[in-house]
Amino acid sequence: MPNVTYIAQDGKETTLDIAVGTSVMQAAVMNGVDGIVAECGGSCMCATCHVYVRGDQLALTPPMQADEEAMLEGTASPRRPNSRLSCQLVVSEQMDGLVVNLPETQT
Amino acid sequence: MPSGPVLVLGAGHAGFQLAASLRQNGFDGRVILAGDEPVLPYQRPPLSKDYLDGKTGLDLLLMRPEAFYRDHKIELLHGMQAEAIDRAAKTVRFATGERVEYGHLVLATGARNRQPPLPGIDLDGVCYLRNLAETDELRARLTAAERIVVIGAGFIGLEFAAVARGKGKQVTIVEMLDRVMARVASPPVSQFFVEAHRKSGVDFIFGAQAVQITGAHGKATGIDLADGRHLDADLVLISIGVVPNTEIAAAAELPAANGVLVDEVLLTADPAVSAIGDCASFPCRHAGGAMTRLESVQNAADHARCVAGRIVGKPHPYTALPWFWSEQGELRLQIAGLTTGFDRTATRGDVESGAFSVFCYRGDELAGIESVNRPADHAQARRILAAGRPITPEQAADESFDLRAAATARPG
Repeated sequence: MPNVTYIAQDGKETTLDIAVGTSVMQAAVMNGVDGIVAECGGSCMCATCHVYVRGDQLALTPPMQADEEAMLEGTASPRRPNSRLSCQLVVSEQMDGLVVNLPETQT
Repeated sequence: MPSGPVLVLGAGHAGFQLAASLRQNGFDGRVILAGDEPVLPYQRPPLSKDYLDGKTGLDLLLMRPEAFYRDHKIELLHGMQAEAIDRAAKTVRFATGERVEYGHLVLATGARNRQPPLPGIDLDGVCYLRNLAETDELRARLTAAERIVVIGAGFIGLEFAAVARGKGKQVTIVEMLDRVMARVASPPVSQFFVEAHRKSGVDFIFGAQAVQITGAHGKATGIDLADGRHLDADLVLISIGVVPNTEIAAAAELPAANGVLVDEVLLTADPAVSAIGDCASFPCRHAGGAMTRLESVQNAADHARCVAGRIVGKPHPYTALPWFWSEQGELRLQIAGLTTGFDRTATRGDVESGAFSVFCYRGDELAGIESVNRPADHAQARRILAAGRPITPEQAADESFDLRAAATARPG
């Protein structure tokens, strides 16, 4: 299974093995990774599962759809070029080794 | 900080978030989360959408895994029905006879389905869609059902209808008022949604009142309308809204009127008792300070964060902007603000294209913005309304007017 590493604001790292087809958000919530709120449950409605993807790995992630592009405008922490909503990052084999940094706040 | 445990009654979105936020804020006292359902706290919005459709399972519905509660020392009491509050002794009595002490009590008791006083309401095949058990039952029945009548054309009724049509079922929605989502959406949005659902094969009967659910051998067979018409059905969904669970508060002589009454920091008349989420009626900044009760995930979670902050010594008045969403098949409706009592609308975008936003005004004041398949408008709408930035109806309707720039402009 591909693994994904979450780095919290305090530097704490959590690496999870994630089944292909599960989102980076779902895996975080199911495994109790703090720092991802996911208030809408993964419908791309709330922008509270914001992550920063390691810059050189953006190309590994699924392309951004219009909904996500729009909702990223409403994140609580600043949007950066590597900002994504983790509910839209559905894990694939090529995402093995992905590293995401969690923002200061989601709400 | 309270001396004694924080006891939360209700383990829905509000109750869960309160417990989680207390720990996030460094609260180190006891936190007891008591819910009357026999499962771990779960998310409700997917129930009427992906979960009902079979696209997602219980594991993805859970707020957090069991270990989360252990790791955060949140004492979860499953299947515990609270019966009475003794405010003098600061205890709550549960149906099991057990008494639990509190330093601070948070009522997050939510709401329950409104049941119409119809003959036949108890027949087999009459269903609801609010909690997990009801959804599991509905999901099982949906497979065999052929003709479905939905009473009530709100979010739940319409979301259910979209899923049922997707499974090829015959669906008729009976609504007392003259349009869908009349309580929450403007007429242009109602009109768009009713046409979209009709195109996908849903039938609507407006201005109609059910007077009886008919049955044979204990099973529902259809409904009778006040005008004498009969509709055949082997499944009847009742989706006419909810009533807040305030009885336990009222019995403890806490003022309640369509919700437990709270002040701007969400405290009840008793300084040791707060009320949050669907069960609370609060003075809403975005409704001109009027007492307001809202049923939404946003409201539940933001209420919870506000009260958790107060409990750890960081009190602030509740001012969060209300927002809502609904997914009906391919259609996405996102609402920011409270449009109640609007008297004028301006439409941005082309309704025919299926992507547009309706700006609702009370007098000159922008009250709320409804976006249909226009998430970018919604994202800006939240910022515009939260900051109270003025946008005129003419600007709203002008697609060359830059909403993003208006949302981020420095005031003055």
